[in-house]
Amino acid sequence: MLRYRLAVTSRAAAAIGGGYVLASAAAACLAVWLPLARVDAVVAAQMLSFVVYACAALWVFATRNAWRAWAGVALPALVLAALFWLGRAGGV
Amino acid sequence: MKGMRQPEPAQPAHAPAEGLRQAMSWLHTWAGLVFGWLLFAMFLTGALSFFRPEITRWMRPEVAVQPVSAARSVEVAEAYLRRHAPDAARWFIVASTAREPGVRISYQAAKPPPGQRGFRRVTLDPVTGQEIHARETRGGDFLYRFHFQLEMGVPWGRWLAGIAGMFMLVAILSGIITHKKLFADFFTFRPRKGGQRAWMDGHNALSVLGLPFHLMITFSGLVLLASLLMPAGILAAYDNEREFFDEAFPAFAMKPASGQAAPLVPLAPLVAQAEQAWDGGAIQRMVVNRPGDAAATVSLSRAVSDRVSYGRQAPTLTFDGVTGQPLGGTGEAGAVGTVAGTVVGLHLGLFAQPLLRWAYFLVSLAGTAMVGTGLALWIAKRRQKLRSGAPDTLSLRLVDVLNAGSIAGLCVACAAYFWANRVLPADLPARGQWETRIFFAAWAASYVYAALRGRRKWRDLSALGALLLLLLPVLNALTTDRHLGASLPAGDWVMAGFDLSALVAGLLLAWIARKSGGREQAASRRPARHATAGPDGAAPPLAGSSNAAYESR
Repeated sequence: MLRYRLAVTSRAAAAIGGGYVLASAAAACLAVWLPLARVDAVVAAQMLSFVVYACAALWVFATRNAWRAWAGVALPALVLAALFWLGRAGGV
Repeated sequence: MKGMRQPEPAQPAHAPAEGLRQAMSWLHTWAGLVFGWLLFAMFLTGALSFFRPEITRWMRPEVAVQPVSAARSVEVAEAYLRRHAPDAARWFIVASTAREPGVRISYQAAKPPPGQRGFRRVTLDPVTGQEIHARETRGGDFLYRFHFQLEMGVPWGRWLAGIAGMFMLVAILSGIITHKKLFADFFTFRPRKGGQRAWMDGHNALSVLGLPFHLMITFSGLVLLASLLMPAGILAAYDNEREFFDEAFPAFAMKPASGQAAPLVPLAPLVAQAEQAWDGGAIQRMVVNRPGDAAATVSLSRAVSDRVSYGRQAPTLTFDGVTGQPLGGTGEAGAVGTVAGTVVGLHLGLFAQPLLRWAYFLVSLAGTAMVGTGLALWIAKRRQKLRSGAPDTLSLRLVDVLNAGSIAGLCVACAAYFWANRVLPADLPARGQWETRIFFAAWAASYVYAALRGRRKWRDLSALGALLLLLLPVLNALTTDRHLGASLPAGDWVMAGFDLSALVAGLLLAWIARKSGGREQAASRRPARHATAGPDGAAPPLAGSSNAAYESR
């Protein structure tokens, strides 16, 4: 029972906290990289970030184990964050 | 807690598809439950908000104002503002429309009296030009504000509403994945099977019926709050949020005063110019920056109701406030702006004309009922799994109390709000606040009653709500002269529509009260349903069922 509760807590944290970080990273990355006017890129990024967030939450609860759940959120978030820094530094 | 004693959410041992559906079913159940009570309130007040102006007009029955043209509205507002607020930093004017005939003006007083913010709102009678004096009420605005601010401080209520919205989005998406046969489910309704079956079929039908709407309204609600909830995009591309907003909404950017006095151009002719530029498009609002200063500007915005894509930002035209020369403006939005504007516009529904507005209202009520039946289903499923004759567990009782207080209790609270509007004396100080206090007091009392009354709570609270709503037209007749007997012959559809809707809502609640009375009695008489629960607490999958995974939860 305790193990079950911990597993649920871990996944909830991955979905809610991890998902938010992933969605934010996606928003930041898209805002910098989308080939649109700056204000349009931001608005499009905002809208798409909610889709990313929802997909992240579904992934976390759909996947086989907690490791995959966390990895599926953390890895894309890292990649997107790196892309964001790259774009920001490169002045795209 | 029985419902919790389940395997880890995802364990696709042999059949991955079945495992996925089970995991999604679990997610749907819990994501829906956690914020279900709040979401029910957001859905119901949101549905009512599609009739925000009409509710406000019903709640101020002594105001009978006829709509006028935008040019006449601006003329009236200008005369008032030149007399009462020549020193204000900004004037805001909202023109009279058929739905909101009063001319609404507001301004920031230059030197507010100490201790006050100095932001004044006034509604003018567009014919006489006089300030409208009516009973103090927040009207439909209260329900509208509650829908996304939850009567909390500015960022907090919106944050909470946003989080609830995100849970809703996840609940909808996981609910879709759970159902293999979305279309077939829609045509499955087995009310005679009773209990869990009827609740589930009802929940499925309501959800599938309005699925595109439910998805749209949830997603667009999040987009409306996007700048608050998801600031990363803005901060990635801009140094601060102000910079973004000034670029995204240039018509609202504040310009500094020059310090030199100069007479303000007459405002009404600018309306005609803008109407011409927009090919007869309606003018909704006017913002006068720094009136009486040499740097004054006048911005006009097109009516949001003119097009669905104007939800975020309608086109604007700006004029020099001294010479009246056009200075340019924001035209139609680009592709992204139009998409975002349409998403937001679809949520607000301001473009919808009466027939579509009613469709909006009815589908959002279906969404409200979707949340409500989902909450009831949570109870029904767990009650069915209890051993024969076993009393409800603590968690079941707790959720049932919260369900009754949130669903039936909110209906009671809304009815009480409308009653307070008619019963409280017109000159009571802080009257508008008393109305909302009564709303919350009635709601809180419903929770207390639900906690104390056990089995009778659903029947009693629904019956109370039904009684209050059915008597509302009677109360209206006793306290005003715009009752059904007068409003129907006069074709006064704002007043008559409200009274008739209250009657229909009252009948619906009476039906619920009757149903739940029978069910609760039956439940107490009959020992219990047969126990199908296995040792692990999960019912065996039902043979031939289209969604066994969903059933077993």
